[in-house]
Amino acid sequence: MVEINYLLFRSVLGITFLAAAAYLVFFVSQNNKIRKMARVILLISGVLQTLHIVSRYILAGHTPITSQHEAVVFFAWATTWAYLSFRWRYTVKNFGTFVSILIFCLLLISSFSSRDFTPLLPALQSIWLPIHAGVSIIAYGFLSLAFCGGLMYLLQERELKSKKFGYFFSRFPSLDALDQLNNHCLTAGFVFLTLGIVTGSIWARQAWGTYWQWDPKETWSLITWFLYLVQLHQRYTVGWRGKRAAVMAIVGFAAVVFTLWGVTYLLGGIHSYAA
Amino acid sequence: MPRERILLLGVNHKTTPVEVREKIALSGGYKEPLAALKNIDGLREYYLLSTCNRVELLLVTEAESNVEEDIIEFLFGGRVSGEDCQQYLYLLYDKEAVRHLFMVAASLDSMVVGEAQILGQLKEAYRHAAHFGCTGPLLNKLIHRSFSVAKRVRTETAIGSSAVSVSYAAVQLAKKIFGNLGDKSVLLVGAGEMAELAAEHLVGQGIGSVIVANRTLDRAVDLAKRFNGKAVSMKELVAQLEHVDIIISSTGATEIILQKDEVKSVMRARMNRPLFFIDIAVPRDLDPRLNELENVYLYDIDDLSNVVEINKSERDKEAVKATRIVDEETLKFERWFVGLAVTPTIQALKEKMDGIGQLELNRTLARMPDMTDSDRENLGRMVTAITSKIMHDPLMYLKSESCAGRDNNDLKVTTIRELFGLTKGNDEQ
Repeated sequence: MVEINYLLFRSVLGITFLAAAAYLVFFVSQNNKIRKMARVILLISGVLQTLHIVSRYILAGHTPITSQHEAVVFFAWATTWAYLSFRWRYTVKNFGTFVSILIFCLLLISSFSSRDFTPLLPALQSIWLPIHAGVSIIAYGFLSLAFCGGLMYLLQERELKSKKFGYFFSRFPSLDALDQLNNHCLTAGFVFLTLGIVTGSIWARQAWGTYWQWDPKETWSLITWFLYLVQLHQRYTVGWRGKRAAVMAIVGFAAVVFTLWGVTYLLGGIHSYAA
Repeated sequence: MPRERILLLGVNHKTTPVEVREKIALSGGYKEPLAALKNIDGLREYYLLSTCNRVELLLVTEAESNVEEDIIEFLFGGRVSGEDCQQYLYLLYDKEAVRHLFMVAASLDSMVVGEAQILGQLKEAYRHAAHFGCTGPLLNKLIHRSFSVAKRVRTETAIGSSAVSVSYAAVQLAKKIFGNLGDKSVLLVGAGEMAELAAEHLVGQGIGSVIVANRTLDRAVDLAKRFNGKAVSMKELVAQLEHVDIIISSTGATEIILQKDEVKSVMRARMNRPLFFIDIAVPRDLDPRLNELENVYLYDIDDLSNVVEINKSERDKEAVKATRIVDEETLKFERWFVGLAVTPTIQALKEKMDGIGQLELNRTLARMPDMTDSDRENLGRMVTAITSKIMHDPLMYLKSESCAGRDNNDLKVTTIRELFGLTKGNDEQ
């Protein structure tokens, strides 16, 4: 089983690389056949990622989200399926290129950290583990999509403002499409993030007897949550959109990444993996 | 050499930024400038083309005249410094001038290569010049030739098929900003021809609604009716900005009609929904600083050319073909033009006569091998004498000044050329 799991991980890495490469080729050539191919490859990657996580679940006996490696693998998985579900409803030109590269980078990062299984503390063995961690990671998936959208928005906006039309101009979607995408991803991400914090809090009450204990991860999650809250609030009240929203999506994502990694490495606390 | 010179001078969107062009654009129509040109000595024929992208003069002058300075003075007045004039102005003579005219007519020199508007503008300009009696036989021929060059380019190359006008470029940009245009509306400020064209294009691309603002409300109502839109007065301009998404401005106003601060306050009311301004007026209508505002995009007529660059490579191939046609036609015209002059006709006539004499002489000599050298010389002399005597009267006719004036010269040259068969290989080929 361990071998199968390892094999699955390797193939996920390979297939995702292929998907990112195919999307890049499509980006350069704008050949629709290649895009179709890239989509199929990314779908295969999504399925393989799911299988990989399932195999790891069977091996560990609990939801495999307790080590650094597992968390990032889950992050990649959430981004992939957030994108695929999104794709199913909208087409945003060349968005896949950015997302598939991000997914591949995440998987690559995960491959560097230890793949050992972390035994779960008895206190944490609860139904709340998959719910809390799953919901939070799905939020991260959507927020990372917003990050890609924000990045593309800034690039495209710069070309339109400076009136110098470079490589990206014809390849990128309209500003409106990117802004819409940002809005949708942020809203979805924010809802899941809220749920993640609420479920975490309930779980904490069960495990440790207190809803909130200002552990660094909790604090940073709250900061991230506030960042997104301000942003959504401003959009609906005074119309923060366009460039400002894109910058905020990127800043928010930086906070997400810091919450995921920075806190663990720099600040420690009860959420640290491999405890 | 011909006794007259073709001279073309002007400024266009390539050499001159819009800041300078708006100072010299002849907004008052053709009548006054054409009348003013009449006062310049040394001009035989002239014509003037003024569009938002170029101001060009095509002149026929006497060979020795020096009209350049007068013309520059006419064009720039005192409004642009002498050094700048040198920098912006192009001055082309004879063959180069003809080639440039053909390039312009064929829409190869346009900001949007291949667009069809320029030919109409050229015809319009010619109509005015002809109406005021500014053109003569040479310009008539030259300009009509430029029309047929344009037609040839249009039919023989695909340059017009991907023809994109400024309005097309505007639509492309609007799509990059707004995505779907179905729920957007456009405000036309000024009801000119350009605005109409752009609106037509936007409606063709499915824009939601059209609003027309004009100084005279009548015209606005007329135009609005065409697009099922509504008309507003110019005073409502700022108020309208709250509801529209795309603004195409093309008024004849000499001052800026919309300032940055006015738009800034509107953006708050709009909840920062993007605004796309297109300023196709020269001189410009809109404050250039609008572009500094967040979610506001301002493109003036020069900026639009960048958009057009994007689909350039497809058209480049066709442009090469078209340029070859222009070069060919330039060469043809040059031959015709040179042929007009007396001297080359005399030359051609002499060559033809001497050629015939020499040919026949050689044939005869070949059949009479027994002749002495002095006999051969005598025979040669006789042939030369005959040909020059035959040529004497035609030459006198060509050189005679009895009926002075260029037109008669033309006639004489043509007669001689036809009579002696000198046209073949020299003109139409």
